[in-house]
Amino acid sequence: MNDDVHIIGAGIHPFGRTDGRSGRDQGVYAVREALTDAGIEWGDVEFAYGGSAAAGSADIMVNELGLTSVPFINVANGCATGGSALTAARNAIAAGACDIALAVGFDKHPRGAFNAKPSDYGLPLWYGETGMMLTTQFFALKIQRYMALHGISRRTLGLVAEKAFRNGTLCDHAWRRSPVDLDTILNAPVVNDPLTKYMFCSPAEGAVALVLASSRKVRELGSDAVRIASVAFRTRPEGSFEVFAPSISVDGGGKPTEVASRAAFEMAGIGPEDVSVAQLQDTESGAEIMHMAENGFCADGEQEQWLAEGWSEIGGKLPINTDGGCLACGEPIGASGLRQVYENTVQLRGRGGERQVPNGPKVGYSHVYGAPGLSAVAILER
Amino acid sequence: MSALTPIAPGLWTDEAEPRLIGARRGDGEIVFPVPDGDAAALVEPVALSRRGTLWSWTTQGFEPKEPYSGPQPFQPFLIGYVELPGEVIVETRIVDANPADLIIGMPMEFAIIPFDDARSTYAFRPERQP
Repeated sequence: MNDDVHIIGAGIHPFGRTDGRSGRDQGVYAVREALTDAGIEWGDVEFAYGGSAAAGSADIMVNELGLTSVPFINVANGCATGGSALTAARNAIAAGACDIALAVGFDKHPRGAFNAKPSDYGLPLWYGETGMMLTTQFFALKIQRYMALHGISRRTLGLVAEKAFRNGTLCDHAWRRSPVDLDTILNAPVVNDPLTKYMFCSPAEGAVALVLASSRKVRELGSDAVRIASVAFRTRPEGSFEVFAPSISVDGGGKPTEVASRAAFEMAGIGPEDVSVAQLQDTESGAEIMHMAENGFCADGEQEQWLAEGWSEIGGKLPINTDGGCLACGEPIGASGLRQVYENTVQLRGRGGERQVPNGPKVGYSHVYGAPGLSAVAILER
Repeated sequence: MSALTPIAPGLWTDEAEPRLIGARRGDGEIVFPVPDGDAAALVEPVALSRRGTLWSWTTQGFEPKEPYSGPQPFQPFLIGYVELPGEVIVETRIVDANPADLIIGMPMEFAIIPFDDARSTYAFRPERQP
């Protein structure tokens, strides 16, 4: 067994809209960037995992990258596609099956809210016909209750979005590169109360590729490596409140994020207080707020003070979503979770440029959440 | 005026004061709606309370994509969850209310409402004060 697995190469195709370039071609672009960054050739890759939600199979990329007979497994796991590819690539190296593996995710979605089919989620048609099957509603319903129970203000929701757009201006892979002021965010049209249009991310396009390697290979190549301290991917526990739920248990229950987060911290042997930079799923402003608590970084309700004091800004005590997150980058489902890991790799290597977290961050934490109730957490260490 | 057809069979009881039909699982947990397929054999149908409390709510101000099949032109609506004490929390339309009226925890009551010219659906509305 190789105990330690490292990221030695990270590549990204800018997020947003790239007319005339398919999602898969964006994936190929990201893979080439990652290979160059790692200082290796495509032929050096011994195992590959990848996928998209709406832009086709990943293994076809070998047509462009080279027919090296590499084993390439297509991953199709919704919002956890990238996290699943990373988990599998890491495990292949940890199991000793190979020394260099690739994880890649890409996507290209049509404009507008995601369009879900009830039968794909085991739900009756009437649920969609009556207008209840929208992911945006779920996030609004979850934060509406959370705000009432824990004293979170609309202003704090606005501050999360304002931070995201500000960070996005500093990030060359972000989609939204212009700042948006708090008043504009708060006074914009409401999508689902209490969330305005600037508080929601949009489906988008983009691609990320990561090259993973064993410790032996890192020494051999002399790589600028970041260690994967843990990866934990979990589906929902009993009684949880998830997207597309016609009913919820009155007894309450756990949350997939809490379960994945605990497992990741335990595997890494560290706690939330040890994290120096975090990328948390921010499908909308409220999601970042709630995920701060679900991942153990603060107690319920403390986010009000966190945002007021700027503690989650770059330069704050725990910078969150330093590349602008989903709000500024958009959400190409297959690539979104890997973007978070990419950003942490950039930060831990000290290559963040204008958005670099000061004082040499040592621990990067990433968290993805999606339908129908799953979460993946990765912790990187330098 | 002809009677409206329910949006789907088996969602609520056919009685003067209709009730939603939930399903009690082997472990006692109640879910809504009654599952179809093989899972249906593992549950007991149970008529749910007509009264509950508001658990959460939101507005739907833009027209959902397919398979949404509401009347044209699109009319914004309210949706939410209502907790039926000791039973289950159900997702539902909310009617006869403005956003400013809604307070989490307020008493709500069940109603059958027109969905379009031909079909009815279920909803909850703020309980009328006597």
